Amino acid sequence: MVSIIWGLLMVIGIIFSFASGNVSLVNDEVISSAKQAMEMFLNMFPVIVIWMGLMKIAEKSGLLEKIAYKFSFILGKLFPSIPKGHESLGLIASNIIVNMVGLGSAATPFGLKAMEKLQELNTEKNTATEAMITFLVLNTSGVTLIPTSIISLRALYNSANPSEIISCALIATICSTIGGLTIDYLIRRHNR
Amino acid sequence: MSILSFIIIPIMVLGIIFYGYYKKVDLYSSFIEGAKEGIESAISIFPYTVSMVFAVNVFLHSGVLSYVFSFVSDLFNNIIPVSIIPMALLRPISGSASMVIMTDIFNSLGPDSFAGRLASVMQGSTDTTLYVITLYFGSVGITKIRYALKAGLFADVIGIIMSIILVSLVFGI
Repeated sequence: MVSIIWGLLMVIGIIFSFASGNVSLVNDEVISSAKQAMEMFLNMFPVIVIWMGLMKIAEKSGLLEKIAYKFSFILGKLFPSIPKGHESLGLIASNIIVNMVGLGSAATPFGLKAMEKLQELNTEKNTATEAMITFLVLNTSGVTLIPTSIISLRALYNSANPSEIISCALIATICSTIGGLTIDYLIRRHNR
Repeated sequence: MSILSFIIIPIMVLGIIFYGYYKKVDLYSSFIEGAKEGIESAISIFPYTVSMVFAVNVFLHSGVLSYVFSFVSDLFNNIIPVSIIPMALLRPISGSASMVIMTDIFNSLGPDSFAGRLASVMQGSTDTTLYVITLYFGSVGITKIRYALKAGLFADVIGIIMSIILVSLVFGI
């Protein structure tokens, strides 16, 4: 599915750039996209390294398991296939909390580490498990309480009330999360 | 409320260190051990970043979107502002591209216009599904993603529809 989308983006882009006479597009993008990806990587790299270091301490001290138990009343229902108190649940909880306060870039290391732990439970290593998909749905529907970057951008463009969109965004994000989790649940049940 | 986003990281770091110290974990060598693993996982996601950025940029910069929307603009103009449509379509594919469109809308119509508010809510209510999926699955070597994209995109569609309904209800068109 991803490779179809990836292929379509490339093919449509290249054909259209030829049709509109912009033949140098791909040549330019090879350089500029690589540069942009490298910038994203350089921004992400130290954040991941630092958090992975801190998470190792949390892992060894048993803090992750403790968090996992604290949130098991809700996460246990969402992730029935993960054993109670598994470290991945602690990481998932941390990822969601950090995402909620609008710190997406700090949430990524928690998410990557959670995927790593979920992969340990996986019997078919190249295939996504149900727990992984539920986690990704939670993550992509973006449960953000305060969209800080948007509020500051609105302020920059002289909005009379930059934070007036918070309540709407919150309700929309809750609906999309519930919608995603519902379809996830229905597909899971259908597959049984 | 926004103070929370400033203090949560320091509190988490403090909590991790205090708890580790209390449980007699070797803090420094554990940190280094984890950081080394972090280098591996950071490097393993790089190919996914490059491939996504490349394909999305080729598509965006080919101008295909502005071509398509010059045709359908009259059709949609009466219902919702045209600039919102490419933004809604791009939101799951590229966070930076939809951010650029949002900035354009702020610039041309203002952040307090209907389109400006709608763009803000849309940008704030969902995440970049395609990127998150390729990154997270890629980092652990999963190639068969099953119904993940379907479920993720479904959540996005709900988020976008709810944004339109809510902004029209709360602020009026």
